[in-house]
Amino acid sequence: MLPPVVSVSRLRKHFDSVIAVDDVSFDVAPRSTTALLGGNGAGKTTTLSMLLGLLLPTSGSISIFGVDMLRDRYRVLPRVNFSSPYVDLPRRLTVRENLTVYSRLYGIIDVRARIDALSEELHIGRFLDRPYGQLSAGEKTRVVLAKALLNEPELLLLDEPTASLDPDTADYVRGMLEAYRIRTGTTILLASHNMSEVERLCDDVIMLRAGKLVDRGKPGALLTRYGRKNMEEVFIDIARERRLEIPFDHDPALKR
Amino acid sequence: MIVIAHDHTGVVPSLRRIRALVLRHIYLLRSSGPRILELVYWPTVQMVLWGFITVFLVNHSTWLAQASGVLLSGVLLWDVLFRSQLGVSLVFMEEMWSRNLGHLFVSPLRPFELACSLITMSLIRTLIGVGGAALIAIPLFHFSIFSMGLPLLAFFLNLIVMGWSIGLLVSGIVLRYGLGAESMAWIAIFAVQPISGVYYPIATLPTWLQYVAAMLPSSHVFEGMRAVLFDHTFRGDLLLYAVVLNVIYLSAGFLSFLAFFKVARVRGQLLHVGE
Repeated sequence: MLPPVVSVSRLRKHFDSVIAVDDVSFDVAPRSTTALLGGNGAGKTTTLSMLLGLLLPTSGSISIFGVDMLRDRYRVLPRVNFSSPYVDLPRRLTVRENLTVYSRLYGIIDVRARIDALSEELHIGRFLDRPYGQLSAGEKTRVVLAKALLNEPELLLLDEPTASLDPDTADYVRGMLEAYRIRTGTTILLASHNMSEVERLCDDVIMLRAGKLVDRGKPGALLTRYGRKNMEEVFIDIARERRLEIPFDHDPALKR
Repeated sequence: MIVIAHDHTGVVPSLRRIRALVLRHIYLLRSSGPRILELVYWPTVQMVLWGFITVFLVNHSTWLAQASGVLLSGVLLWDVLFRSQLGVSLVFMEEMWSRNLGHLFVSPLRPFELACSLITMSLIRTLIGVGGAALIAIPLFHFSIFSMGLPLLAFFLNLIVMGWSIGLLVSGIVLRYGLGAESMAWIAIFAVQPISGVYYPIATLPTWLQYVAAMLPSSHVFEGMRAVLFDHTFRGDLLLYAVVLNVIYLSAGFLSFLAFFKVARVRGQLLHVGE
Protein backbone atom coordinates (compact mmCIF):
# COMPACT_ATOMS: atom_id res chain seq x y z
CA MET A 1 0.00 0.00 0.00
CA LEU A 2 1.34 3.42 -0.94
CA PRO A 3 2.02 5.90 1.88
CA PRO A 4 -0.42 8.79 2.18
CA VAL A 5 0.33 11.98 0.24
CA VAL A 6 -0.96 14.12 3.08
CA SER A 7 -0.79 13.14 6.72
CA VAL A 8 -2.24 15.46 9.34
CA SER A 9 -1.97 14.69 13.02
CA ARG A 10 -3.68 16.44 15.94
CA LEU A 11 -3.83 19.74 14.11
CA ARG A 12 -5.05 22.74 16.09
CA LYS A 13 -5.36 26.41 15.28
CA HIS A 14 -6.43 29.03 17.77
CA PHE A 15 -6.90 32.72 16.98
CA ASP A 16 -6.76 34.21 20.46
CA SER A 17 -9.81 32.64 22.13
CA VAL A 18 -11.38 31.36 18.88
CA ILE A 19 -10.68 27.70 18.07
CA ALA A 20 -10.71 27.42 14.26
CA VAL A 21 -9.36 23.87 13.97
CA ASP A 22 -9.51 21.51 16.89
CA ASP A 23 -7.44 18.33 17.06
CA VAL A 24 -7.96 17.22 13.48
CA SER A 25 -6.15 14.15 12.10
CA PHE A 26 -6.51 12.57 8.68
CA ASP A 27 -4.59 11.04 5.80
CA VAL A 28 -5.13 11.57 2.08
CA ALA A 29 -4.42 8.57 -0.14
CA PRO A 30 -2.39 8.98 -3.33
CA ARG A 31 -4.34 9.54 -6.56
CA SER A 32 -7.55 10.14 -4.62
CA THR A 33 -9.88 13.11 -4.62
CA THR A 34 -10.83 13.97 -1.07
CA ALA A 35 -13.39 16.55 -0.03
CA LEU A 36 -13.18 18.71 3.05
CA LEU A 37 -16.79 19.51 3.84
CA GLY A 38 -18.41 21.70 6.41
CA GLY A 39 -20.53 24.78 6.86
CA ASN A 40 -19.22 28.31 6.96
CA GLY A 41 -16.60 28.64 9.69
CA ALA A 42 -16.14 24.86 9.98
CA GLY A 43 -12.38 25.19 9.46
CA LYS A 44 -11.96 24.08 5.83
CA THR A 45 -10.04 27.09 4.53
CA THR A 46 -8.01 27.27 7.74
CA THR A 47 -7.04 23.61 7.33
CA LEU A 48 -6.08 24.11 3.67
CA SER A 49 -4.06 27.20 4.59
CA MET A 50 -2.12 25.24 7.19
CA LEU A 51 -1.47 22.43 4.72
CA LEU A 52 0.04 24.99 2.34
CA GLY A 53 2.05 26.74 5.03
CA LEU A 54 0.22 30.05 4.61
CA LEU A 55 -0.87 29.68 8.20
CA LEU A 56 1.12 28.25 11.08
CA PRO A 57 -0.76 25.78 13.31
CA THR A 58 -0.94 26.27 17.05
CA SER A 59 0.04 22.61 17.42
CA GLY A 60 0.06 19.34 15.52
CA SER A 61 1.97 18.09 12.52
CA ILE A 62 1.53 18.10 8.74
CA SER A 63 3.46 15.87 6.43
CA ILE A 64 3.18 16.04 2.63
CA PHE A 65 5.01 13.48 0.47
CA GLY A 66 6.63 12.39 3.75
CA VAL A 67 8.16 15.83 4.34
CA ASP A 68 7.43 17.84 7.48
CA MET A 69 5.69 20.97 6.15
CA LEU A 70 6.41 22.99 9.25
CA ARG A 71 10.15 22.53 8.87
CA ASP A 72 10.78 21.99 5.20
CA ARG A 73 7.90 23.36 3.13
CA TYR A 74 10.12 24.62 0.29
CA ARG A 75 11.00 21.02 -0.63
CA VAL A 76 7.31 20.33 -1.15
CA LEU A 77 5.92 23.53 -2.68
CA PRO A 78 7.28 22.93 -6.22
CA ARG A 79 5.14 19.76 -6.31
CA VAL A 80 1.97 21.40 -5.00
CA ASN A 81 -0.40 24.09 -6.22
CA PHE A 82 -3.70 25.59 -5.21
CA SER A 83 -6.59 27.83 -6.14
CA SER A 84 -9.00 29.74 -3.98
CA PRO A 85 -11.68 32.37 -4.50
CA TYR A 86 -10.13 34.27 -1.59
CA VAL A 87 -6.86 34.80 -3.44
CA ASP A 88 -6.67 36.76 -6.67
CA LEU A 89 -4.17 37.40 -9.42
CA PRO A 90 -2.89 40.88 -10.37
CA ARG A 91 -5.78 42.48 -12.23
CA ARG A 92 -3.89 44.82 -14.54
CA LEU A 93 -1.68 42.05 -15.90
CA THR A 94 -2.97 40.07 -18.84
CA VAL A 95 -3.70 36.39 -18.41
CA ARG A 96 -0.57 35.54 -20.40
CA GLU A 97 1.58 37.84 -18.23
CA ASN A 98 0.19 36.33 -15.03
CA LEU A 99 0.83 32.80 -16.25
CA THR A 100 4.33 33.77 -17.41
CA VAL A 101 5.24 35.16 -14.00
CA TYR A 102 3.98 32.06 -12.20
CA SER A 103 5.61 29.72 -14.72
CA ARG A 104 8.92 31.35 -13.91
CA LEU A 105 8.30 31.15 -10.19
CA TYR A 106 7.75 27.41 -10.59
CA GLY A 107 10.82 27.02 -12.76
CA ILE A 108 9.05 25.93 -15.95
CA ILE A 109 11.56 25.94 -18.76
CA ASP A 110 9.42 26.22 -21.88
CA VAL A 111 6.95 28.81 -20.61
CA ARG A 112 5.28 29.49 -23.94
CA ALA A 113 4.61 25.81 -24.67
CA ARG A 114 3.15 25.29 -21.19
CA ILE A 115 0.84 28.28 -21.49
CA ASP A 116 -0.27 27.17 -24.95
CA ALA A 117 -1.03 23.67 -23.68
CA LEU A 118 -3.05 24.94 -20.73
CA SER A 119 -4.78 27.50 -22.87
CA GLU A 120 -6.02 24.68 -25.08
CA GLU A 121 -6.95 22.43 -22.16
CA LEU A 122 -8.89 25.11 -20.29
CA HIS A 123 -10.16 27.07 -23.30
CA ILE A 124 -8.59 30.34 -22.20
CA GLY A 125 -6.86 31.19 -25.49
CA ARG A 126 -9.58 33.68 -26.42
CA PHE A 127 -8.73 36.00 -23.55
CA LEU A 128 -5.04 35.22 -23.04
CA ASP A 129 -4.06 38.79 -23.89
CA ARG A 130 -6.78 40.52 -21.93
CA PRO A 131 -6.20 41.96 -18.44
CA TYR A 132 -7.22 39.45 -15.78
CA GLY A 133 -9.35 42.08 -14.04
CA GLN A 134 -11.59 42.46 -17.11
CA LEU A 135 -12.65 38.81 -17.18
CA SER A 136 -15.96 37.36 -15.99
CA ALA A 137 -16.06 35.24 -12.82
CA GLY A 138 -16.12 32.05 -14.87
CA GLU A 139 -13.17 33.11 -17.00
CA LYS A 140 -11.21 34.11 -13.89
CA THR A 141 -11.85 30.72 -12.32
CA ARG A 142 -10.44 28.99 -15.39
CA VAL A 143 -7.37 31.25 -15.34
CA VAL A 144 -6.74 30.58 -11.65
CA LEU A 145 -7.12 26.89 -12.38
CA ALA A 146 -4.60 27.22 -15.22
CA LYS A 147 -2.21 28.86 -12.76
CA ALA A 148 -2.83 25.96 -10.35
CA LEU A 149 -1.96 23.41 -13.06
CA LEU A 150 1.14 25.20 -14.41
CA ASN A 151 3.62 22.96 -12.60
CA GLU A 152 1.49 19.84 -13.14
CA PRO A 153 1.21 19.44 -9.35
CA GLU A 154 1.26 16.03 -7.71
CA LEU A 155 -1.00 17.49 -5.03
CA LEU A 156 -3.69 19.99 -5.92
CA LEU A 157 -5.52 21.87 -3.18
CA LEU A 158 -8.70 23.56 -4.30
CA ASP A 159 -10.80 25.84 -2.16
CA GLU A 160 -14.34 25.98 -3.57
CA PRO A 161 -13.20 25.40 -7.16
CA THR A 162 -16.61 26.09 -8.71
CA ALA A 163 -17.83 28.87 -6.43
CA SER A 164 -19.63 31.64 -8.36
CA LEU A 165 -19.70 29.66 -11.61
CA ASP A 166 -22.81 29.07 -13.68
CA PRO A 167 -23.90 25.40 -13.87
CA ASP A 168 -22.47 24.95 -17.37
CA THR A 169 -19.01 26.32 -16.50
CA ALA A 170 -19.03 24.48 -13.17
CA ASP A 171 -19.78 21.23 -14.97
CA TYR A 172 -16.98 21.92 -17.43
CA VAL A 173 -14.50 22.56 -14.60
CA ARG A 174 -15.50 19.34 -12.83
CA GLY A 175 -15.09 17.36 -16.02
CA MET A 176 -11.70 18.92 -16.57
CA LEU A 177 -10.57 18.08 -13.01
CA GLU A 178 -11.75 14.47 -13.42
CA ALA A 179 -9.90 14.10 -16.70
CA TYR A 180 -6.82 15.78 -15.29
CA ARG A 181 -6.64 13.45 -12.32
CA ILE A 182 -7.04 10.38 -14.49
CA ARG A 183 -4.38 11.59 -16.91
CA THR A 184 -1.76 12.70 -14.36
CA GLY A 185 -2.56 10.63 -11.28
CA THR A 186 -2.49 13.74 -9.14
CA THR A 187 -4.01 13.79 -5.66
CA ILE A 188 -6.73 16.36 -5.09
CA LEU A 189 -7.96 17.78 -1.80
CA LEU A 190 -10.84 20.15 -2.21
CA ALA A 191 -13.02 22.21 0.07
CA SER A 192 -16.52 22.65 -1.24
CA HIS A 193 -20.09 23.54 -0.40
CA ASN A 194 -21.37 21.93 -3.55
CA MET A 195 -22.59 18.41 -2.78
CA SER A 196 -23.18 17.31 -6.35
CA GLU A 197 -19.55 18.22 -7.02
CA VAL A 198 -18.47 16.06 -4.09
CA GLU A 199 -20.58 13.12 -5.23
CA ARG A 200 -19.20 13.36 -8.73
CA LEU A 201 -15.51 13.94 -7.98
CA CYS A 202 -14.62 12.56 -4.58
CA ASP A 203 -13.55 9.14 -3.36
CA ASP A 204 -13.44 10.25 0.22
CA VAL A 205 -15.15 12.86 2.36
CA ILE A 206 -13.93 14.51 5.56
CA MET A 207 -16.66 16.35 7.47
CA LEU A 208 -15.76 19.27 9.71
CA ARG A 209 -17.98 21.10 12.14
CA ALA A 210 -16.81 23.93 14.40
CA GLY A 211 -13.21 22.99 13.71
CA LYS A 212 -13.59 19.32 14.59
CA LEU A 213 -13.54 16.29 12.33
CA VAL A 214 -17.01 14.86 12.92
CA ASP A 215 -17.29 12.22 10.23
CA ARG A 216 -15.44 10.61 7.40
CA GLY A 217 -16.05 8.07 4.67
CA LYS A 218 -16.72 7.37 1.04
CA PRO A 219 -19.76 9.24 -0.29
CA GLY A 220 -21.69 5.98 -0.73
CA ALA A 221 -20.89 4.83 2.80
CA LEU A 222 -21.99 8.17 4.24
CA LEU A 223 -25.31 7.96 2.38
CA THR A 224 -25.91 4.50 3.85
CA ARG A 225 -24.87 5.50 7.33
CA TYR A 226 -27.15 8.51 7.42
CA GLY A 227 -29.94 6.79 5.52
CA ARG A 228 -30.06 9.57 2.96
CA LYS A 229 -30.44 9.80 -0.80
CA ASN A 230 -27.82 12.43 -1.50
CA MET A 231 -24.87 14.22 0.06
CA GLU A 232 -26.84 17.43 0.45
CA GLU A 233 -29.05 15.71 3.03
CA VAL A 234 -26.03 14.15 4.73
CA PHE A 235 -24.40 17.57 4.90
CA ILE A 236 -27.49 19.08 6.54
CA ASP A 237 -27.70 16.20 9.02
CA ILE A 238 -24.12 16.72 10.05
CA ALA A 239 -24.34 20.50 10.13
CA ARG A 240 -27.46 20.29 12.34
CA GLU A 241 -25.91 17.58 14.51
CA ARG A 242 -28.58 14.96 13.76
CA ARG A 243 -27.91 11.43 14.99
CA LEU A 244 -26.38 8.81 12.75
CA GLU A 245 -28.23 5.60 11.96
CA ILE A 246 -24.90 3.85 12.42
CA PRO A 247 -22.53 5.75 14.76
CA PHE A 248 -19.33 7.07 13.15
CA ASP A 249 -17.06 4.95 15.38
CA HIS A 250 -18.95 1.73 14.65
CA ASP A 251 -19.02 1.87 10.88
CA PRO A 252 -16.92 -1.03 9.50
CA ALA A 253 -16.37 1.00 6.32
CA LEU A 254 -14.20 3.39 8.32
CA LYS A 255 -11.74 0.73 9.43
CA ARG A 256 -9.30 1.32 6.60
CA MET B 1 5.06 16.35 -20.37
CA ILE B 2 6.19 19.67 -18.98
CA VAL B 3 9.79 20.49 -18.25
CA ILE B 4 10.49 22.03 -14.86
CA ALA B 5 13.90 23.00 -13.50
CA HIS B 6 14.65 20.31 -10.93
CA ASP B 7 16.74 22.53 -8.72
CA HIS B 8 14.65 24.79 -6.51
CA THR B 9 17.30 25.68 -3.96
CA GLY B 10 20.48 27.72 -4.38
CA VAL B 11 21.43 31.01 -5.95
CA VAL B 12 20.35 30.39 -9.56
CA PRO B 13 16.74 29.31 -8.81
CA SER B 14 16.55 32.13 -6.29
CA LEU B 15 17.62 34.69 -8.89
CA ARG B 16 15.12 33.21 -11.34
CA ARG B 17 12.27 33.74 -8.88
CA ILE B 18 13.41 37.28 -8.06
CA ARG B 19 13.53 38.03 -11.80
CA ALA B 20 10.01 36.60 -12.19
CA LEU B 21 8.63 38.98 -9.59
CA VAL B 22 10.52 41.93 -11.03
CA LEU B 23 8.97 41.03 -14.39
CA ARG B 24 5.52 41.05 -12.76
CA HIS B 25 6.06 44.66 -11.65
CA ILE B 26 7.55 45.72 -14.96
CA TYR B 27 4.42 44.35 -16.66
CA LEU B 28 2.36 46.40 -14.23
CA LEU B 29 4.37 49.58 -14.78
CA ARG B 30 4.23 49.12 -18.54
CA SER B 31 0.46 48.76 -18.49
CA SER B 32 -0.23 51.83 -16.39
CA GLY B 33 0.45 55.38 -17.58
CA PRO B 34 -0.54 56.96 -14.24
CA ARG B 35 1.99 54.80 -12.42
CA ILE B 36 4.82 55.95 -14.70
CA LEU B 37 3.68 59.57 -14.46
CA GLU B 38 3.60 59.31 -10.66
CA LEU B 39 7.24 58.17 -10.70
CA VAL B 40 8.53 61.37 -12.28
CA TYR B 41 5.82 63.84 -11.28
CA TRP B 42 6.77 64.68 -7.66
CA PRO B 43 10.55 64.63 -8.10
CA THR B 44 10.15 67.02 -11.03
CA VAL B 45 7.71 69.33 -9.22
CA GLN B 46 10.02 69.46 -6.18
CA MET B 47 13.02 70.13 -8.35
CA VAL B 48 11.28 72.98 -10.20
CA LEU B 49 10.06 74.55 -6.95
CA TRP B 50 13.47 74.45 -5.28
CA GLY B 51 15.13 75.50 -8.51
CA PHE B 52 13.21 78.78 -8.49
CA ILE B 53 13.80 79.24 -4.77
CA THR B 54 17.51 78.83 -5.52
CA VAL B 55 17.34 81.39 -8.34
CA PHE B 56 15.77 83.85 -5.91
CA LEU B 57 17.98 83.13 -2.90
CA VAL B 58 21.30 82.98 -4.67
CA ASN B 59 21.27 86.82 -4.90
CA HIS B 60 20.09 87.25 -1.31
CA SER B 61 22.17 84.71 0.58
CA THR B 62 25.94 84.70 0.81
CA TRP B 63 25.81 81.12 2.06
CA LEU B 64 23.89 79.93 -0.98
CA ALA B 65 25.99 82.07 -3.32
CA GLN B 66 29.02 79.94 -2.41
CA ALA B 67 27.35 76.83 -3.80
CA SER B 68 24.18 77.54 -5.69
CA GLY B 69 23.46 73.86 -6.34
CA VAL B 70 23.22 72.94 -2.65
CA LEU B 71 19.43 73.19 -2.44
CA LEU B 72 18.79 71.38 -5.72
CA SER B 73 21.28 68.68 -4.78
CA GLY B 74 19.52 68.34 -1.44
CA VAL B 75 16.13 68.05 -3.11
CA LEU B 76 17.28 65.45 -5.62
CA LEU B 77 19.19 63.37 -3.09
CA TRP B 78 16.33 63.56 -0.60
CA ASP B 79 14.07 62.23 -3.33
CA VAL B 80 16.45 59.30 -3.80
CA LEU B 81 15.84 58.39 -0.15
CA PHE B 82 12.10 59.02 -0.31
CA ARG B 83 11.56 57.26 -3.66
CA SER B 84 13.60 54.23 -2.71
CA GLN B 85 11.60 53.77 0.51
CA LEU B 86 8.34 54.36 -1.34
CA GLY B 87 9.47 52.04 -4.13
CA VAL B 88 9.77 49.12 -1.71
CA SER B 89 6.56 49.85 0.21
CA LEU B 90 4.36 50.60 -2.80
CA VAL B 91 5.51 47.58 -4.76
CA PHE B 92 4.76 45.42 -1.74
CA MET B 93 1.34 47.00 -1.33
CA GLU B 94 0.58 46.28 -4.99
CA GLU B 95 0.68 42.59 -3.98
CA MET B 96 -1.69 43.28 -1.11
CA TRP B 97 -4.06 45.39 -3.21
CA SER B 98 -4.23 42.63 -5.81
CA ARG B 99 -4.76 39.96 -3.09
CA ASN B 100 -1.95 37.99 -4.64
CA LEU B 101 0.13 37.09 -1.56
CA GLY B 102 -1.56 33.73 -1.09
CA HIS B 103 -0.59 32.59 -4.59
CA LEU B 104 2.95 33.91 -4.21
CA PHE B 105 3.63 32.12 -0.96
CA VAL B 106 2.35 28.73 -2.04
CA SER B 107 4.82 28.94 -4.91
CA PRO B 108 8.49 28.14 -4.21
CA LEU B 109 9.12 31.88 -3.62
CA ARG B 110 10.89 32.63 -0.32
CA PRO B 111 10.09 35.79 1.68
CA PHE B 112 13.73 36.81 1.33
CA GLU B 113 13.36 36.64 -2.46
CA LEU B 114 10.23 38.78 -2.33
CA ALA B 115 12.23 41.36 -0.33
CA CYS B 116 15.02 41.23 -2.94
CA SER B 117 12.53 41.79 -5.76
CA LEU B 118 11.08 44.76 -3.86
CA ILE B 119 14.47 46.45 -3.59
CA THR B 120 15.25 45.73 -7.24
CA MET B 121 12.00 47.39 -8.28
CA SER B 122 12.72 50.27 -5.92
CA LEU B 123 16.06 50.84 -7.69
CA ILE B 124 14.38 50.84 -11.11
CA ARG B 125 11.62 53.22 -9.97
CA THR B 126 14.08 55.59 -8.27
CA LEU B 127 16.32 55.74 -11.33
CA ILE B 128 13.34 56.58 -13.54
CA GLY B 129 11.83 59.15 -11.16
CA VAL B 130 14.83 61.00 -9.78
CA GLY B 131 16.94 60.43 -12.89
CA GLY B 132 14.23 62.11 -14.97
CA ALA B 133 14.08 65.12 -12.63
CA ALA B 134 17.87 65.41 -12.56
CA LEU B 135 18.00 65.48 -16.35
CA ILE B 136 15.28 68.13 -16.57
CA ALA B 137 17.25 70.33 -14.12
CA ILE B 138 20.13 70.61 -16.61
CA PRO B 139 18.39 72.71 -19.29
CA LEU B 140 16.00 74.38 -16.84
CA PHE B 141 18.43 75.64 -14.19
CA HIS B 142 21.81 74.96 -15.82
CA PHE B 143 22.49 72.65 -12.92
CA SER B 144 23.80 69.12 -13.26
CA ILE B 145 23.95 66.98 -10.15
CA PHE B 146 26.14 64.62 -12.18
CA SER B 147 28.95 67.20 -11.96
CA MET B 148 29.56 65.90 -8.42
CA GLY B 149 31.14 62.87 -10.06
CA LEU B 150 31.95 59.71 -8.11
CA PRO B 151 30.87 61.08 -4.70
CA LEU B 152 27.36 61.28 -6.15
CA LEU B 153 27.41 57.51 -6.66
CA ALA B 154 28.43 57.01 -3.01
CA PHE B 155 25.67 59.36 -1.82
CA PHE B 156 23.11 57.72 -4.11
CA LEU B 157 23.94 54.18 -2.94
CA ASN B 158 23.84 55.09 0.73
CA LEU B 159 20.53 56.90 0.48
CA ILE B 160 18.91 54.17 -1.58
CA VAL B 161 20.01 51.49 0.89
CA MET B 162 18.63 53.50 3.79
CA GLY B 163 15.37 53.90 1.85
CA TRP B 164 15.20 50.12 1.30
CA SER B 165 15.68 49.50 5.00
CA ILE B 166 12.82 51.78 6.02
CA GLY B 167 10.71 50.46 3.12
CA LEU B 168 11.13 46.86 4.30
CA LEU B 169 10.19 47.85 7.84
CA VAL B 170 7.10 49.71 6.60
CA SER B 171 6.11 46.76 4.36
CA GLY B 172 6.34 44.44 7.36
CA ILE B 173 4.16 46.80 9.40
CA VAL B 174 1.56 46.98 6.61
CA LEU B 175 1.56 43.17 6.33
CA ARG B 176 1.09 42.88 10.09
CA TYR B 177 -1.50 45.61 10.60
CA GLY B 178 -3.25 45.47 7.22
CA LEU B 179 -3.87 48.06 4.56
CA GLY B 180 -5.21 50.42 7.21
CA ALA B 181 -1.55 51.14 7.94
CA GLU B 182 -0.67 51.95 4.32
CA SER B 183 -0.33 55.67 5.03
CA MET B 184 2.88 54.70 6.85
CA ALA B 185 4.40 54.22 3.40
CA TRP B 186 3.89 57.91 2.64
CA ILE B 187 4.76 59.47 5.97
CA ALA B 188 7.35 57.28 7.70
CA ILE B 189 10.39 58.73 5.97
CA PHE B 190 9.48 62.33 6.80
CA ALA B 191 10.23 61.65 10.47
CA VAL B 192 13.94 61.64 9.59
CA GLN B 193 13.91 64.61 7.19
CA PRO B 194 14.32 67.42 9.78
CA ILE B 195 17.29 65.68 11.41
CA SER B 196 18.98 64.55 8.20
CA GLY B 197 20.23 68.03 7.40
CA VAL B 198 18.89 67.97 3.87
CA TYR B 199 18.80 71.76 3.44
CA TYR B 200 20.94 72.96 6.37
CA PRO B 201 24.04 71.75 8.23
CA ILE B 202 23.58 69.33 11.13
CA ALA B 203 25.23 71.98 13.36
CA THR B 204 21.96 73.95 13.07
CA LEU B 205 20.23 71.35 15.25
CA PRO B 206 20.25 71.50 19.07
CA THR B 207 23.17 69.51 20.48
CA TRP B 208 21.04 66.61 21.75
CA LEU B 209 19.39 66.24 18.34
CA GLN B 210 22.79 66.20 16.66
CA TYR B 211 23.47 62.93 18.54
CA VAL B 212 20.25 61.51 17.09
CA ALA B 213 21.24 62.75 13.63
CA ALA B 214 24.58 60.98 13.95
CA MET B 215 22.69 57.68 14.03
CA LEU B 216 21.16 58.30 10.61
CA PRO B 217 23.12 57.38 7.45
CA SER B 218 21.30 60.19 5.67
CA SER B 219 22.73 62.96 7.89
CA HIS B 220 26.30 61.82 7.03
CA VAL B 221 25.41 61.76 3.35
CA PHE B 222 24.03 65.30 3.33
CA GLU B 223 27.00 66.59 5.34
CA GLY B 224 29.23 64.87 2.79
CA MET B 225 27.28 66.47 -0.04
CA ARG B 226 27.87 69.95 1.42
CA ALA B 227 31.57 69.19 1.87
CA VAL B 228 31.80 68.41 -1.85
CA LEU B 229 29.81 71.47 -2.92
CA PHE B 230 31.30 74.06 -0.54
CA ASP B 231 34.81 72.79 0.16
CA HIS B 232 35.32 70.63 -2.92
CA THR B 233 36.49 67.80 -0.67
CA PHE B 234 35.20 64.27 -0.37
CA ARG B 235 34.85 63.25 3.30
CA GLY B 236 35.74 59.55 3.52
CA ASP B 237 34.99 59.52 7.25
CA LEU B 238 31.38 60.56 6.66
CA LEU B 239 31.03 57.92 3.96
CA LEU B 240 32.37 55.26 6.32
CA TYR B 241 29.85 56.24 9.03
CA ALA B 242 27.02 56.06 6.49
CA VAL B 243 28.13 52.65 5.18
CA VAL B 244 28.47 51.11 8.64
CA LEU B 245 25.09 52.47 9.71
CA ASN B 246 23.51 51.23 6.48
CA VAL B 247 24.79 47.69 7.04
CA ILE B 248 23.00 47.77 10.39
CA TYR B 249 19.88 49.41 8.92
CA LEU B 250 19.56 47.01 6.00
CA SER B 251 20.04 43.95 8.22
CA ALA B 252 17.39 45.32 10.59
CA GLY B 253 15.08 46.03 7.62
CA PHE B 254 15.33 42.47 6.29
CA LEU B 255 15.00 40.91 9.75
CA SER B 256 11.96 43.00 10.64
CA PHE B 257 10.29 42.11 7.32
CA LEU B 258 10.92 38.40 7.91
CA ALA B 259 9.71 38.66 11.52
CA PHE B 260 6.48 40.41 10.44
CA PHE B 261 6.06 37.77 7.74
CA LYS B 262 6.22 35.05 10.38
CA VAL B 263 3.66 36.88 12.51
CA ALA B 264 1.43 37.14 9.42
CA ARG B 265 1.65 33.36 9.01
CA VAL B 266 0.63 32.88 12.63
CA ARG B 267 -2.32 35.27 12.31
CA GLY B 268 -3.48 34.16 8.86
CA GLN B 269 -2.86 37.51 7.17
CA LEU B 270 -1.37 36.12 3.96
CA LEU B 271 -4.75 34.82 2.90
CA HIS B 272 -7.03 37.49 4.30
CA VAL B 273 -5.47 40.75 3.27
CA GLY B 274 -7.41 43.85 4.17
CA GLU B 275 -7.78 46.69 6.56
